[in-house]
Amino acid sequence: MILSDSAKLQISQTAKRYPKVRSAILPALHIAYEEHGYLSDQIYEEIAQILDLKLIEVAEAASFYTMFPKAKRGKYLIQVCRNISCALLGSHHLTAYLLDKLNVELGEITADGLFTVVEAECLGSCTTAPMMQVNAHYYENLTVEKVDRLIEEFRSQK
Amino acid sequence: METKLLTQHVGDPQQHTMERAIEHGAYQAWQKVLKEIAPADLIQIVKDSGLRGRGGAGFPTGLKWSFVPKDSLKSKYLCCNADESEPGTCKDRVLLEGDPHAVVEGMMIASYAIGCHTAFFYIRGEYDIGQVRMSKAIADAYAKGFLGKNILGSGYDLDIVVHRGGGAYICGEETALLSSLEGDKGLARLKPPFPAVEGLYRCPTIINNVETLANLPHIVVKGAQWFASLGTEKSKGTRIFSVSGHVKNPGNYELELGYSLRDLVYGLAGGILDDRPLKAIIPGGSSTPVLLPDKIDTKLDFESVAAAGSMLGSGAVIVMHEETCIVWVAEILAHFYMHESCGKCTPCRQGTGWIYEILRRIEAGYGKMEDIDTLLDIADNIEGNTICPLGDAAVVPVISTIKLFRDEYVYHIEHGKCKVHSQFKLRTK
Repeated sequence: MILSDSAKLQISQTAKRYPKVRSAILPALHIAYEEHGYLSDQIYEEIAQILDLKLIEVAEAASFYTMFPKAKRGKYLIQVCRNISCALLGSHHLTAYLLDKLNVELGEITADGLFTVVEAECLGSCTTAPMMQVNAHYYENLTVEKVDRLIEEFRSQK
Repeated sequence: METKLLTQHVGDPQQHTMERAIEHGAYQAWQKVLKEIAPADLIQIVKDSGLRGRGGAGFPTGLKWSFVPKDSLKSKYLCCNADESEPGTCKDRVLLEGDPHAVVEGMMIASYAIGCHTAFFYIRGEYDIGQVRMSKAIADAYAKGFLGKNILGSGYDLDIVVHRGGGAYICGEETALLSSLEGDKGLARLKPPFPAVEGLYRCPTIINNVETLANLPHIVVKGAQWFASLGTEKSKGTRIFSVSGHVKNPGNYELELGYSLRDLVYGLAGGILDDRPLKAIIPGGSSTPVLLPDKIDTKLDFESVAAAGSMLGSGAVIVMHEETCIVWVAEILAHFYMHESCGKCTPCRQGTGWIYEILRRIEAGYGKMEDIDTLLDIADNIEGNTICPLGDAAVVPVISTIKLFRDEYVYHIEHGKCKVHSQFKLRTK
């Protein structure tokens, strides 16, 4: 089993809040992602067992959304908003700058396992553009100086 | 000048706490509703106020509520749509983070009006602070006895369930939101039946936007007449406008409807970055047609923006100065709609990808002159041929930029490069 007992308990508790158990698939996927940082067929299977659903029901939902990746990512997943408000203030440059600075390709993991850089669609930070989301947190009004400082902080926290 | 109705207290760093919110009058409307107002009267009050949906379509809120069948024995549901993801838009986030109790109270009032006992708060998965603050606000509301069984002795029961999305723009479309909430892929559904008659779990369901709901406590406390005195003849109240792009002071500004676009862009938002000439404005989020500078004196209300050739939409004003390549803008937005198409309807699933590929080709310098007509042809085949409005939205940037800036497309194709260079750099400091 991959999911911890506490994650399993959390999933079955969450399911009780809904009139129909299938509604608990997304919350379950969030719980699993928060615990493991990625999803897998094995995790789908375990969620399906807990909720007494078919594997395909879990897999279908999981594959539709962007927040439940099956690939492993770096410890810090950097998502750079590429949409219009950020683009007008240099988000394409921001992505290029990060890839160059971290010496990594888009979507890959840096050699030290710390970072993955991907592009994301509008994250709702348009008036504080350009921005990037690192794991759950938003970093806004970015400048070269601020990005340099943030990367240093992440590296020192390891 | 701003008219701060919904955003009056969002600058207070403690407004998200129950204590501070109550100091500022939170839940007075809820207590008044439970004590004094019958559901049918509440619907009438909201109808009389003239409140229209703040999500994008601008449908009258009270009228929407009245479509819930009164005699239905099925459970009725309310969903708060906090799946804010229209490019350029971040106004709901202001409320979710800055005054979550106003949103919770709005959900209570709407639930009571339609006879709902289980309401869902559907928030886009990425909004972390919003989710945390709304969850805390809801938990605190239970602790105060504002939610749960027999609320404040009224005999009325209400639960609110927080549901995080998984990252998909389409789930902001109301029927896709319901599919998503049911645990399915976020696929849009054919209407009719409309959700008010057959929505979540095939039961009558009302889906209201965050900002729409946050207006309700004010309408209850101050009255429909007072609310209707704000704004224009057909567009009542205020709206929170997200101004982004090439302005000196980007931000969210709450304005009485009918405010001038010029005063917003050149006044509150400080004018164009580096004092460059204005090139174009998208007035209501990426799904609304582009406006040229000659429309800068348009009033920001549903009717005036429509008369100018666009839509008020989600109130996201995206400003572009002269250095912006319009083909590049269209390409960015086309990529978005391709990425976000749910794949259910063939014209949208296939067409959004074709549009993106052609725009990318033109932008990369390999465009052909017939590409312009091909783009319009594809757009014509998507528009009106899909279940939900994403298809119609996807063609808007293409059609409107070709209509207004055809010469720039032609230049791009003839010269293999942009007429202007939009290689925007990250600021150093």
